[in-house]
Amino acid sequence: MSRISKDEVKHVANLARLAITEDEADTFTKQLDDIITYAEQLNELDTEGVAPTTHVLDLKNVLRKDEPKEWLNKEDVLNNAPEHKDGQFKVPSVLE
Amino acid sequence: MSLFDYTLRELQEKLHNQEIRVTDLVDESYKRIEEVDGQVKAFLTLNEEAARAQAAELDQQRGDSTAKLFGLPIGVKDNIVTKGLRTTAGSQILSNFNDPLYDATVVNKLNDAKSITIGKLNMDEFAMGSSNENSSYDAVRNPWNTDYVPGGSSGGSAAAVAAGEVPYSLGSDTGGSIRQPAAYCGVVGLKPTYGRVSRFGLVAFASSLDQIGPITRNVEDNAFLLETIAGHDNMDSTSANVEVPNYSEALTGDVKGLKIAVPKEYLSEGVSSEVKEAVQAALQKYEELGATWEEVSLPHSKYALSTYYLIASSEASANLARFDGVRYGKRAEDAETMLDMFKRSRAEGFGDEVKRRIMLGTFALSSGYYDAYYKKAQQVRTLIKNDFEKVFADYDVIIGPTTPTPAFKIGDKVDDPMTMYANDILTIPVNLAGVPGISIPCGFSSNGLPIGLQIIGNHFDESSVYRTAHAFEQATEFHKQRPSLGGARS
Repeated sequence: MSRISKDEVKHVANLARLAITEDEADTFTKQLDDIITYAEQLNELDTEGVAPTTHVLDLKNVLRKDEPKEWLNKEDVLNNAPEHKDGQFKVPSVLE
Repeated sequence: MSLFDYTLRELQEKLHNQEIRVTDLVDESYKRIEEVDGQVKAFLTLNEEAARAQAAELDQQRGDSTAKLFGLPIGVKDNIVTKGLRTTAGSQILSNFNDPLYDATVVNKLNDAKSITIGKLNMDEFAMGSSNENSSYDAVRNPWNTDYVPGGSSGGSAAAVAAGEVPYSLGSDTGGSIRQPAAYCGVVGLKPTYGRVSRFGLVAFASSLDQIGPITRNVEDNAFLLETIAGHDNMDSTSANVEVPNYSEALTGDVKGLKIAVPKEYLSEGVSSEVKEAVQAALQKYEELGATWEEVSLPHSKYALSTYYLIASSEASANLARFDGVRYGKRAEDAETMLDMFKRSRAEGFGDEVKRRIMLGTFALSSGYYDAYYKKAQQVRTLIKNDFEKVFADYDVIIGPTTPTPAFKIGDKVDDPMTMYANDILTIPVNLAGVPGISIPCGFSSNGLPIGLQIIGNHFDESSVYRTAHAFEQATEFHKQRPSLGGARS
């Protein structure tokens, strides 16, 4: 049984904001299915009651004072953008 | 003989005594790059004009400065941000990112120590890969035999040091990306404890696993460089507020009474006989030096690869969402809508491996699958971490091979992601547990390719790792071998 269908691959690509062709969808379906099938070996392990590790060091919340400081210059930041106008990033139409 | 056959300390002494100039070191770097980088392809961007100007300036202060890396030329992996110097992370989506606006914390530290950045080093795109064939630029070649891969993802960083283009470099390691190429290229590469070195300014791949570390020609240089780049940083809230010891002091050459653990899983059937023999010979050497070793078990090792690919890909899918064609990097042309622009910019800018991992991660985090894949992997990560804790309760270090085999031929594994991933089975558990690990040269295969010995320590115990590595290096000659660039040596 396959773990992931071509339709699911297309759905995931859309969630990840990746345009993919029909051919790519076929290839990725096969490859992702192989990887997920392999990864299901984890189900051999009983992890009932095992706490998940999100972070290896025993760090709790790291807090600092919320104080403004000098950082990057706005002009320089905008100069790295593909398009900008009137001091803001410019993008194509948001509404379809 | 090359100037870069001297240790960093010897070079500093020569500079201080006015025997050589900083300019000579920088000349040596660019001359060697000119000679061999057409074959090795380690560098993506050179910093030649600025580096030469800086060398001339430092030569004026020669003899006076006590800066730790005064005048020493370094190469920096291209996922470490350098102000005003192009930073691509090996990706087309950043191919026009010519003017980064700040330096990574490690680069600030290098600059404060007065080292000279020679250029930016090639890598698998966004550090995803084990062979450098995922670089969206020219793939790096192994200096020992240019038909073979240098390893990855820090393939440029390891190959540049092995080829004598720079005496030392920085890489990054998420699942083996410093240690595996160090093993394949016959150099010394350390992944520090998670949190030891600031990740601020490292282009994020998997934030709970990534660490920056040094790649050098010998253990002494490695310790020297880690002293410079380690330490807590307010700009990285996951950097640890733990004192940085003087690692050079750990290099006593004495391992009498050292307790070594050898996991039986690290010498199992997937490991080639040549690699096993080299590791066994190393263990014998340690016995001669007065250390003892015993076989132990890290029983969850075989689950590390699955755990890693689920966790690392999930984190990558979130981290790489920032590449959207809005603020920096490449944007697809003539998109009608913003959504179309996002999708096409990412489709055009990312290579296949990056897309595969983003999609795997998005799937593992998506509604209905999160518990089955992502959370399960995090639980198994706990079991893997516990395996290491148990061993370190009784032993000082863990020793095994860095990789199951020496370097493979370019093109041999590109078509099958799962075979490629299997290169990292011995390095990945170390990242999942967050402990430090080093690869040092411990032999050569019958076809003349280097073999790496991996030494793993407990959290924040890089000192024991360095002491163990250094004692072996003092007692052997493997690290003194240099590749004769060109085709096969046999």
